[in-house]
Amino acid sequence: MTTPMVQIKNMHKYYGDFHVLRGIDLDVAQGERIVICGPSGSGKSTLIRCLNRLEVHQKGDITVDGITLNDDVKNIDEVRREVGMVFQHFNLFPHLTILENCTLAPIFVRHMPKKDAEERAMEYLTRVRIPDQAHKYPGELSGGQQQRVAIARALCMMPKLMLFDEPTSALDPEMIKEVLEVMVELAEDGMTMLCVTHEMGFARQVADRVIFMDEGEIVEMAPPVEFFDNPRSERTKAFLGQIM
Amino acid sequence: MMLNWMRANLFSSWGNSLLTLISLWLVWVIGSGIVEWALIDAIFTGDNREACLVPGAGACWPYVGAKWNQFIYGRYPLESQWRVDLIFAMGAGALIPSMIEGMRGRRWFVLFLLLPFPVITYVLLTGGMFGLAEISSDLWGGLVVTLIVAVTGIVASLPLGILLALGRQSDLPLIKAICVVFIEFWRGVPLITVLFMASVMLPLFLPDGVVIDKLLRCLIGVALFSSAYMAEVVRGGLQALPKGQTEGAQALGLSYWQSMRLIILPQALRLVIPGIVNTFIGLFKDTTLVLIIGLFDLLGIIQLTFTDAGWSTPQTHNTGYVVAAFIFWIFCFAMSRYSQRMEKRLDVTGER
Ligand SMILES: Nc1ncnc2c1ncn2[C@@H]1O[C@H](COP(=O)(O)OP(=O)(O)O)[C@@H](O)[C@H]1O
Ligand SMILES: [Mg+2]
Repeated sequence: MTTPMVQIKNMHKYYGDFHVLRGIDLDVAQGERIVICGPSGSGKSTLIRCLNRLEVHQKGDITVDGITLNDDVKNIDEVRREVGMVFQHFNLFPHLTILENCTLAPIFVRHMPKKDAEERAMEYLTRVRIPDQAHKYPGELSGGQQQRVAIARALCMMPKLMLFDEPTSALDPEMIKEVLEVMVELAEDGMTMLCVTHEMGFARQVADRVIFMDEGEIVEMAPPVEFFDNPRSERTKAFLGQIM
Repeated sequence: MMLNWMRANLFSSWGNSLLTLISLWLVWVIGSGIVEWALIDAIFTGDNREACLVPGAGACWPYVGAKWNQFIYGRYPLESQWRVDLIFAMGAGALIPSMIEGMRGRRWFVLFLLLPFPVITYVLLTGGMFGLAEISSDLWGGLVVTLIVAVTGIVASLPLGILLALGRQSDLPLIKAICVVFIEFWRGVPLITVLFMASVMLPLFLPDGVVIDKLLRCLIGVALFSSAYMAEVVRGGLQALPKGQTEGAQALGLSYWQSMRLIILPQALRLVIPGIVNTFIGLFKDTTLVLIIGLFDLLGIIQLTFTDAGWSTPQTHNTGYVVAAFIFWIFCFAMSRYSQRMEKRLDVTGER
């Protein structure tokens, strides 16, 4: 049996006195797709940001691809090389072209030759259907295009795990679809994904498990059919009632 | 065409017309005064003060001609002035191509200016090596000293300021504390005090027998002083960037220094170019304060020439000060224009 991609054991996180994450337990197998939903402020972003150490947890254990996340900088670097992240607000680098955004990390982190990095970047830009924008700057692209670049940028590092933090919630409705399509394709290719989103159609289509979080806890976790058609917790029911 | 433009821009309303007329009158009064003084009434030839003693005479240009060599070189010996000229020529020869965007080999010119050039300058100016006569820095003066102090301050303050600004934002409490104390100390004391301390007090703390050149002490003082100001300018730029930029870089696996060098600083510095150049210009003009500790910069030398009885006329002071002001203005204006061009050029990223 292969080791899980992510193992979280009784993990707690505090912002000062504020107890944000209260004992999270979660295993994610390789190739598994997980969708996380829950009300705003429930700790969804914090949870996935702990997985690449953008946030530091205080108690419990997190292991990503067999690497334990602790104060060891070497481990953190190693995990970040293997984990791609897509943010709500894209976080592209506005002073670099699309192509440069995509080649930066492969060149400086993976020490790839520039030519190879550019070839790979063009490959992924083609996959997210914007190869013709490669020499523009992020500010010249629409939101949907920028988010697809952000996905391509993360993929250029050949990550084993992709984290998405509400990738479509800053987009105009007509652009959501183009981003979701890319994400569906990625899921079909077998990428391990942890995705915070309220796009329930996406969750039904690709998720292996859907997680409902509230007040820093995982309240419910089930395959999508069960989760949507037969939620057990009252809080999940109330939440689903609100958003659907 | 012209008439339409004037009507639209200068005389669009009763109030605007009045303002236009008042402005024109002011320009005329001031402009004609300057032209009269500098050209029409000015004296252009002569060998000594006699020429400029004519009643109602304007600027005394022969005085400038006679003292020009001192304005530039101070008391640097005449027979060795070619060394200074050589430095000027090398500096300008490398500076101009290094400022032109798209120039081939541009980075080599920049590299030359930053690494070998200061060493060459030092060797040539001081001498005492390679058969060059040694020339004490007491004899240096004029524009040479102004430029040495200003350029050293400018070149040292940017990297030091960046490091201090980064240190001030550091998560490591000790580094943060050191940077905060350093910045607040140097920002809190006037430059004059710094110069006095460098020239009078520092030698008292040094062990016996250790002598540091006065000019060098002054250079260190100016560099540290201006780096504290620069640090705060840079910090402004760092704080203006959204947190997402750092997080985006971190998530990709870039190290702290990589993300600073490749992502954060290029954007932060671009945002604060006006502030950086402002600090440079301020520093350039503050070099005049070195007079206080007995170094003769351009202004100092010009004032020194006022004491020459052979050129003492009612217009000597005016003429000298105007020359000083004009030379300073040219350098500061050039810096300002170059920074504006750079800002425009760097702003093509389509950020909207
Ligand atoms: N840097 C921070 N400092 C203090 N509190 C924070 C910080 N980031 C988030 N929080 C708080 O932690 C809680 C969870 O935040 P977050 O994980 O962003 O929620 P979600 O993504 O589910 O909306 C919220 O109450 C939020 O106010
Ligand atoms: Mg969130």
